[in-house]
Amino acid sequence: MNYKSISVGTFLAVRQIRRANIWTNTLIIFVMTLTFLNLVVVGGILVGLIEASVKSNRTHYSSDLLLSNLLEKTYIEGSTKIIKFAEGLPEVSAVTARYVESGRLEAGYKERTRQGDILDNATGLVTGIDPAKENEVTELASKVVEGEYLDSGDEDQILIGGNLLFKYSPIDSPGLRNLKQAGLGSRVRLVVNGNTKEVTIKGIIKSKVGELDQRIFMVDRVLRGMIGRTDYNVDEIAIKLKDPAYVNQVQQILTDEGFARVAKIRTWNEAQPKFLVDIKDAFALLGDIIGSVGLVVASITIFIVIFVNAITRRKYIGILKGVGIDSFAIEVAYIIQSLFYAVAGTLIGILILYFVLVPFIDAHPINFPFSDGILVATVSGTLWRAFALLVATIIAGYIPAKIVSRQNTLDAILGR
Amino acid sequence: MHIISAKKIVKTFHNGVTDQTVLRGVSLDVALGEFVIIIGRSGAGKSTLLYQLGLLDHPTSGSLRIGEVDTENLSSNARTEFRLTELGYIFQDYALVPELTASENIIVPLLMSGFSKKESLILAKDALKKVGIEDKWNNLPSQLSGGEQQRVSVARAIAGKPKIIFADEPTANLDSESSALVVNLFRTLHEEGQTIVMVTHEEEYTQYADRVVTLRDGEIVDIKSK
Repeated sequence: MNYKSISVGTFLAVRQIRRANIWTNTLIIFVMTLTFLNLVVVGGILVGLIEASVKSNRTHYSSDLLLSNLLEKTYIEGSTKIIKFAEGLPEVSAVTARYVESGRLEAGYKERTRQGDILDNATGLVTGIDPAKENEVTELASKVVEGEYLDSGDEDQILIGGNLLFKYSPIDSPGLRNLKQAGLGSRVRLVVNGNTKEVTIKGIIKSKVGELDQRIFMVDRVLRGMIGRTDYNVDEIAIKLKDPAYVNQVQQILTDEGFARVAKIRTWNEAQPKFLVDIKDAFALLGDIIGSVGLVVASITIFIVIFVNAITRRKYIGILKGVGIDSFAIEVAYIIQSLFYAVAGTLIGILILYFVLVPFIDAHPINFPFSDGILVATVSGTLWRAFALLVATIIAGYIPAKIVSRQNTLDAILGR
Repeated sequence: MHIISAKKIVKTFHNGVTDQTVLRGVSLDVALGEFVIIIGRSGAGKSTLLYQLGLLDHPTSGSLRIGEVDTENLSSNARTEFRLTELGYIFQDYALVPELTASENIIVPLLMSGFSKKESLILAKDALKKVGIEDKWNNLPSQLSGGEQQRVSVARAIAGKPKIIFADEPTANLDSESSALVVNLFRTLHEEGQTIVMVTHEEEYTQYADRVVTLRDGEIVDIKSK
């Protein structure tokens, strides 16, 4: 290994690339581009399915920080003090408080004729909200797919999550009950804490966020009356920050203030449903496995390309050796060619990734049942995969070049 | 003074079942500045002998000295280095690299020898001028006639000023006009003091050699000196 060999290898590689058939070069670079995209996109979409779900959960449910009652408490004690304190923090943009109680909806109760018939009913979490504040924090109104969002003056009107309606979640299972006879504008009976109230479905929420689609929303004042909560203590407080980067700092401020004694103070990340975290890990692993297979495929592709190239040029490799060009220079020539194909394919792949695929999938998310899938391609992840591809390419280019360049010089020249 | 001293060179090929001995104890000395032509019928072992003398192949037995170097114990890399710096080759089918222009085919071994790019360009230009095709500087082999390709091959062989030039049937694929041009080149080089060992089956060129060695069935059967 010396400078002369590298210099001559580079000289040969540049000319071999420049004077190779343009269609051959184009085809090899195209294959490398697809290989790179396979490496990044498949894993990126798998992670993106969950990432979109996490993002929705954060945007429309937990916001940046979520305070909820401790396990042994039915509500957050001193809620008004916490809300007031949070609203006074300069980092905070908006705060919403929620009363949450289990409840049951019943539909078609007026048509029930026989005693033994099962009532059309569904259970969910009844959530009392200040409609304006909730919308400011979680943009809940944007998730109303049918009907209208709540007004603060609504007395007997509710929003209902799509999972509680058969029309939006057509699952017919004894364990998963939803309302078959209800829809927008239906009068239904709401039972909370033994209190019953007839309400009208004003709007339907479909968000692909489990926490929302399984809930029944009504104005906080009305729910408070139904459950007899006179102390204004709530069950959840969601806090939206002006700059989400300060999430840990604000969490610490609230903890230092002693609020952790009365509430679980979780960041959006900590508030993710456990199943999402598990799926995210599993999908990341799956993405890595698929990516590794892609890397092996890429290596084999380069190996075949270089091997075929070297074999068909075996005679000329023999001639070069015959006139005194050492094997290492010839190997360098092939490694540089491999690198050229890999770098060109990767660069084109990166351009396609960030200027075509990511914007396109962001604008047209992939419709999955539990999320609107996006393509996650972090710069660090992409660079890491590009680096892995280049290393694999160097190895895959070097091996066939070595095999061919080490053959007997005279045999190569004479084609024996 | 002998620049090549080959003693009892034997070359046997093994095809897995049988052995075929192509050279049977050939001994040959070549003096510095001598023009030696090896002739013989097809299959006589001419090219095989040239490959042994030119370090492109290993003899099965025998010894070979080139200049002061006993080549028997040279490693593969050392043989490659030796070919680069001390020997020049001209092959029957020109053996030019198709992706390289005429000048680049000449420059590559020069760069490998350690010449700078600028020096290599000057040497390549001189060599092409010497063989009379400096105007073909930027032509790819596919853009040259057979005679022109062989002249590029000669230019590549002489550019690095090697001690010995080996030519394996350099006129075999050429028309008579091109053949005459190439042989005249060898005559000129020889007149300038270049040592040349050439294999041919065309007897009309033997008149230019200092010595003509005739091979038959792997053995030297005749040596004629001028």
